[in-house]
Amino acid sequence: MSGGHSTYTPKTGIGRWIDARMPLPRLVYDSFIAYPVPRNLNYAYTFGGILAIMLVAQILTGVVLAMHYVADTRLAFDAVEKIMRDVNSGWLLRYLHSNGASMFFFAVYIHIFRGLYYGSYKAPRELLWILGCIIYLLMMATGFMGYVLPWGQMSFWGATVITGFFTAIPLVGTWIQELLLGGFAVDNPTLNRFFALHYLLPFMIAGVVVLHVWALHVVGQTNPTGIEVKSKTDTVAFTPYATIKDGFAMLLFFLLFAWFVFYIPNFLGHPDNYIPANPLKTPAHIVPEWYFLPFYAILRAITFNIGPIDSKLGGVLAMFGAIAVLFVVPWLDTSKVRSAVYRPWYKLFFWLFVIDAIFLGWLGSRPAEGSYVAMAQVATLYYFAFFIVVMPVLGLIETPKRMPNSITEAVLAKNKGGAGHPAGATASPETKG
Amino acid sequence: MSADDTIDPSRRDFLYIATGMAGVVGAGALAWPFIDQMRPDASTLALSSVEVDVSSLTPGMSLTVKWRGKPVFIRNRTPEEIEVAQKVSLNELKDPLARNANLTSDAPANDLDRSAGEGKENWLVMIGVCTHLGCIPLGQQGEYGGWFCPCHGSSYDTAGRIRKGPAPENMAVPVFSFISDTKIRVG
Ligand code: HEM
Ligand code: FES
Repeated sequence: MSGGHSTYTPKTGIGRWIDARMPLPRLVYDSFIAYPVPRNLNYAYTFGGILAIMLVAQILTGVVLAMHYVADTRLAFDAVEKIMRDVNSGWLLRYLHSNGASMFFFAVYIHIFRGLYYGSYKAPRELLWILGCIIYLLMMATGFMGYVLPWGQMSFWGATVITGFFTAIPLVGTWIQELLLGGFAVDNPTLNRFFALHYLLPFMIAGVVVLHVWALHVVGQTNPTGIEVKSKTDTVAFTPYATIKDGFAMLLFFLLFAWFVFYIPNFLGHPDNYIPANPLKTPAHIVPEWYFLPFYAILRAITFNIGPIDSKLGGVLAMFGAIAVLFVVPWLDTSKVRSAVYRPWYKLFFWLFVIDAIFLGWLGSRPAEGSYVAMAQVATLYYFAFFIVVMPVLGLIETPKRMPNSITEAVLAKNKGGAGHPAGATASPETKG
Repeated sequence: MSADDTIDPSRRDFLYIATGMAGVVGAGALAWPFIDQMRPDASTLALSSVEVDVSSLTPGMSLTVKWRGKPVFIRNRTPEEIEVAQKVSLNELKDPLARNANLTSDAPANDLDRSAGEGKENWLVMIGVCTHLGCIPLGQQGEYGGWFCPCHGSSYDTAGRIRKGPAPENMAVPVFSFISDTKIRVG
């Protein structure tokens, strides 16, 4: 898939003139038009495109919101209310932005689970995977700091609790926390710097996305069979096949997005965030945004000391560890077979993991008391066991199913008889170059 | 190019190392202000003391003042509260240190060292921030009759010492002093 020689031939004089000086149209043509993709990609593979468009959407709505927003503790809450009530179409832009963040995370979670299911992280795609993990980290930082900006009760106390994590670090913890806050508590300096960073980070994400796509185009996409592309009949051209499929999936995704924005815009938010921040009163029940809940549950599951590590540091380490472990997944999975389609046991453990992650999310929204704590401990144990035990061990002992020899063979076997499948799937890719 | 190298290798090495060193030191020196500007600024530090009139607090009453953006609890404790706290032996405590900025860092967490001291045992002045992740505990609640943090369920006793839950330390006692019989300066 990689390094295929370019088939771009500029048709106009201007096209040739530009191509000789800066072949940007050629790059676009080779990357998004002629670029060969496996012919058997399913809808799970459309989330990369959805993520890209969501990033653009967040940046667009964000920049417009920033024109009306004021990063000052005395004014921020009212500025957001002004956006909601006075600014023309302000309510729509804000709901697009706040629900857009949720949609963005929803898409990234599907994208990550897709990767775990089809073994997308395996050689030679380790770097591609790691770049994805970096994007996810940056997204989390951006989402967290964005949530502080409306300066409601959850903004303030969420920021207090999350920056409080750093005080768990021995010796330098408090120093680091004060460095982040610019004071001894969350206050005006904190709001100001969070706004500056919230504006900056999405552009850094865009930069890493470029690297992510670059790496993708060097090694090529995986596909549900996990078998590498071997011949031309295994692929179709990006345009029109992938473009249409991605476009159609985006449309469906936008319907869901619109449903949230227009019918239940505050469903994923917390009502306490419509109460202005009050540094002297903690809400009865602090919860982060839904997309952080599984990690919040892991944080609170560590209620016991582990040797010299007290429960507070232990919780923080477990929470960061839950994200850090994603980075080493390519080296934890020992299986020679890439896709879960041919790994009956892995498939089972994978779906258990999905359920476990959702369960952790639900536990994160519950108070940390009684049986919830014990359940969170069990769920946390499985979360880590999936990566640290199941992945390495299963790869060594599991007997995979028989694999087809190529993507083409797999596709033809599925559509036995050949005649029944839509013309698009077989329209010979050769004619597309 | 290699001709130069053979003619005077030491000259090139010198330039190479000198440039490299200047680059590293320069980058380091320039990086520091970028980090340094993030630390609490002069105006934040200047807010470092408040004076509070406590004459209206009869035993069993508390008040909360804001100091450095954080709440400080000032409580005139009842004789019963003091008595319960005095009875606790040090080895029952999760954190055996007083965490009192007015004393040495190894002072034990007995009730006297948590309070305003000899003759002022009824006064408890502490930063009302849970030592777990920074929520504000609710007063006169929880299993130990002191403070209870609703965030992740830490319970503190009547001397503000952590007794149960995820918080690791006793609530901190800030630097403070009585500037008259009825006035306290925090900070
Ligand atoms: C990775 C992309 C982004 C994500 C995930 C994101 C996320 C968020 C979130 C969760 C909020 C809180 C929404 C609320 O509850 O009101 C927020 C607010 C805000 N964001 Fe973003 N954001 C992104 C990009 C941007 C960009 C590029 C800007 C440009 C300056 C921006 C400007 C703002 C402003 C001004 C607010 C405060 C207004 C409000 O709360 O609605 N955001 N963001
Ligand atoms: S912040 Fe008080 S128990 Fe967690």
